[in-house]
Amino acid sequence: MMHNYEPPIFELSAPGKFGANLPQLDVPASALPDHLLRGDDLASLPELTEPEVVRHYTRISQRNFSIDTVFFPLGSCTMKANARLHEEAARLAGFAAAHPLQGDELSQGALQLMYELQEYLGEISGFDAVSLQPAAGAQGELTGILVFRAYHLDRGDHERTEVLVPDSAHGTNPATAAMAGYKVVEVKSDARGNVDLADLQRKLTPRTAAFMLTNPNTLGLFEEHVVEVARLVHEAGGLVYGDGANFNALLGIARPGELGFDFMHYNLHKTFTTPHGGGGPGSGAVGCTATLAPYLPGPRVRRMEGAGGFEFFTPEKSIGRMKTFHGNFGMLVRAWTYIRSIGAAGLRKVSETAVLNANYIQARLKHVYPVAVDRTCMHETVLQGKLAAAPEVRTLDIAKRLIDYGFHPPTVYFPLIVPEALMIEPTETESKRTLDAFCDALLAIAEEAARDIETLHQAPTTTPVRRLDEVRAARQPILKYDAEVFAKLRAEGVQG
Amino acid sequence: MTHYIPITDDDRVVMLNTIGSERIEDLFDAIPPDRRFPALDLPAPLSEPELRRELSRLERANAHAGSHQIFLGAGAYNHFVPAAVDQILRRGEFYTTYTPYQPEVSQGTLQAIFEYQSLVCALTGMDVANASHYDGGTALAEAAIMAVNVVRGRRKIVVAPTLHPQYRAVMRTLLQGVDIEITGDENPEASLAEVAALVDGSTAALMVQSPDFLGTLHDLRPLTAAAHAAGALMVAHFDPIALGLFQTPGEAGADIATAEGQPLGVGLSFGGPYLGIFTCRQQYVHKIAGRLVGVTRDVENRLAYVLTLRAREQDIRRERATSNICTNQGLMALAAAVYLSLLGRQGMRRVAELCYHRAHYAAAQIARLPGYLVLDQGPFFKEFVVRTPRPVAEINATLRERGIIGGYDLSGDYPHLGDAMLLCVTEMNSRGDIDGLVEALKVEG
Repeated sequence: MMHNYEPPIFELSAPGKFGANLPQLDVPASALPDHLLRGDDLASLPELTEPEVVRHYTRISQRNFSIDTVFFPLGSCTMKANARLHEEAARLAGFAAAHPLQGDELSQGALQLMYELQEYLGEISGFDAVSLQPAAGAQGELTGILVFRAYHLDRGDHERTEVLVPDSAHGTNPATAAMAGYKVVEVKSDARGNVDLADLQRKLTPRTAAFMLTNPNTLGLFEEHVVEVARLVHEAGGLVYGDGANFNALLGIARPGELGFDFMHYNLHKTFTTPHGGGGPGSGAVGCTATLAPYLPGPRVRRMEGAGGFEFFTPEKSIGRMKTFHGNFGMLVRAWTYIRSIGAAGLRKVSETAVLNANYIQARLKHVYPVAVDRTCMHETVLQGKLAAAPEVRTLDIAKRLIDYGFHPPTVYFPLIVPEALMIEPTETESKRTLDAFCDALLAIAEEAARDIETLHQAPTTTPVRRLDEVRAARQPILKYDAEVFAKLRAEGVQG
Repeated sequence: MTHYIPITDDDRVVMLNTIGSERIEDLFDAIPPDRRFPALDLPAPLSEPELRRELSRLERANAHAGSHQIFLGAGAYNHFVPAAVDQILRRGEFYTTYTPYQPEVSQGTLQAIFEYQSLVCALTGMDVANASHYDGGTALAEAAIMAVNVVRGRRKIVVAPTLHPQYRAVMRTLLQGVDIEITGDENPEASLAEVAALVDGSTAALMVQSPDFLGTLHDLRPLTAAAHAAGALMVAHFDPIALGLFQTPGEAGADIATAEGQPLGVGLSFGGPYLGIFTCRQQYVHKIAGRLVGVTRDVENRLAYVLTLRAREQDIRRERATSNICTNQGLMALAAAVYLSLLGRQGMRRVAELCYHRAHYAAAQIARLPGYLVLDQGPFFKEFVVRTPRPVAEINATLRERGIIGGYDLSGDYPHLGDAMLLCVTEMNSRGDIDGLVEALKVEG
């Protein structure tokens, strides 16, 4: 990584420069409406040339860890390698420069790709219908809960006001249920990391609209009673939502639609390797049973009757559109390309290897780092930063020390039900050599912790910046560049 | 094997031995046996050369900005994207990284988002910009939620009928489960003054777009005054390219301002991924949804960037979060930052001027054609409404044969306009292109 400080782009600006080669005005100028003009002549925008802009952003890019440079064992994030072909595919002019409203006739290639992706995702997950519209996983969740709501109301069932969520759930689950107007009721996990069936039964009532379940759950464990859970929820008149964040464990292994789920979202940016992009864009396609299909958001794509070809349509009882236009199409191109390049056998190999890798890490580490639930895990394992030889150590210190060994830390302090959690998801795209180096590093850190815990407290020391004062950032928020504020920081001795 | 999986057969044997399992299938014992290992009916895998051929077959079945002249906007715009933007986006250090939760190893992403936030504030005159939402429509829906959280006890949002029809549809979809009333657009002909008159003591916000969906520019200050007089917030939806010349939401006194950020260096991409720009006044920062990057220092007193005010977000607050949003459009925000840096003060003004003058040239030429009427709706930016001698679908069909993608057919959303199309002219449409469009319309007229 690059250690040299790079100033804010505003400080590289000089009057009179520009970095884009634009056309000359080739038509007569028309009068401008004076009363509507902006008053400041854009004075606070920077002025730079192309080489300066390119160097600036290239330099700051080198202050990042990325999958291209290091191992990212982030639990529930599925940081698998991003295929290069996908980037080329999404940039083909017929995809990248197509207008979303140009009409079905001029968009047959895009529509065919979307139709086929709907079919593939349905086949992989055992669902009858797929909508590609939601922008990300959280939007997929909201889609599902709104579809459930529409289904219940359509049947004249107005009393369902609660959504059940396991205590191990991703934060988006309760946030989504609240955003859809539901009261959130938490369901406990049992000692084997499954949903506590007795607690579930206690909380299932005529008010239950849905149960949101991640499977494998956030402990990295396959829900052993999933079929029973779904049966109980259905008996109570509720529907089962599947959070597909951990779907990378199940490709060709099991189909959620055959396990009792009514609806689920796919995180195309996890399972189907569209890039995470430093926080987005995601893509949260959804699949569901035939019963729920009429409520899906539109537009979806179908084959035209007779002549052939493809067209957009909106399902008859659709909840409406979740976002503008047809979804994050560029991500759909990448996911389609991925499925076509590895096929059914490749997908199963993906999940088998992801699960093998996680169990290998768990087996190599669990005698030093306690495993939250000692079972065969799926694609991720949840360990604890609780070391017998160094009881005072915290997971945060272990995570920061891993950085000095050249690894991105795992997801930490999640799931919330596991104290000092270290949630490790290796994915299938890492070599045994990398997995071993990672395990060796964690074992070495455990020894360091016992010998000299200060090494951990000081970590990281090899990064462009070290541990940050996050409290100050929140107490005195500086959320945009301001020359005076930066000058004041420097006067206080801040370097940069 | 696949070319993406580096575990060899020998590795597998050693690893299973360490795990204490004989076969890889044993790792899946928890799955009900009758539902384990379904046979997936998918097409046979293709090699990269085969796949490239297949991709090329599909992409060639689409029209695009290289094959057709595009005079269609309506929320997705064919603007110039400098080559340097995509070159930066293609850096693996940016596109293969994660949300910057570990700031020591994410200073690049964090600085890029901080600069995005700063550039958006400079462009809009607003105090705070977040790290982005999914797109313009979802940003507006989040604005509605924020408004009812800021103005306690009020649940009504008044929207102008000239707000993009899809944005209004998205808001209604996303908010259908909560008790928020969206009103004001029942009459598609209502003027902004008429809409502003609907703001009352139960209204949390007035939402207006300028340039509006039909292209018209508005002075939003009187509307802000009307909203504030009733104790409601003013939410302005803007076109970031128009801000190269015209009144900013900051100048208009908006409390929240949103935009579709796609024109800022994000290509058309058949509708996504795009960029939801979200800005607000300083006093509402704790009610904002989505990620924010701020400045702090490290233990050695070095300036550093970090995600901040995190207590609003879903992973901490769960059901009490300001939104369920988890991601931002990180890579698209980076594109916008690079775009704004390249264009800068002069470029942003030039692009806006090119759009404005070329659109007015096109409107003047079309106004001379028999059978066509350019509606006078006041000052406009890059889009304008043309009443056509025949149904728009018919005219667009013949334009297609000439390699032209014509305007948006308004007859569905705004039936009172009759046979009318919304035409869009940007810096990508040269005078020659415009003359070609006029010629083609003339034949049709």
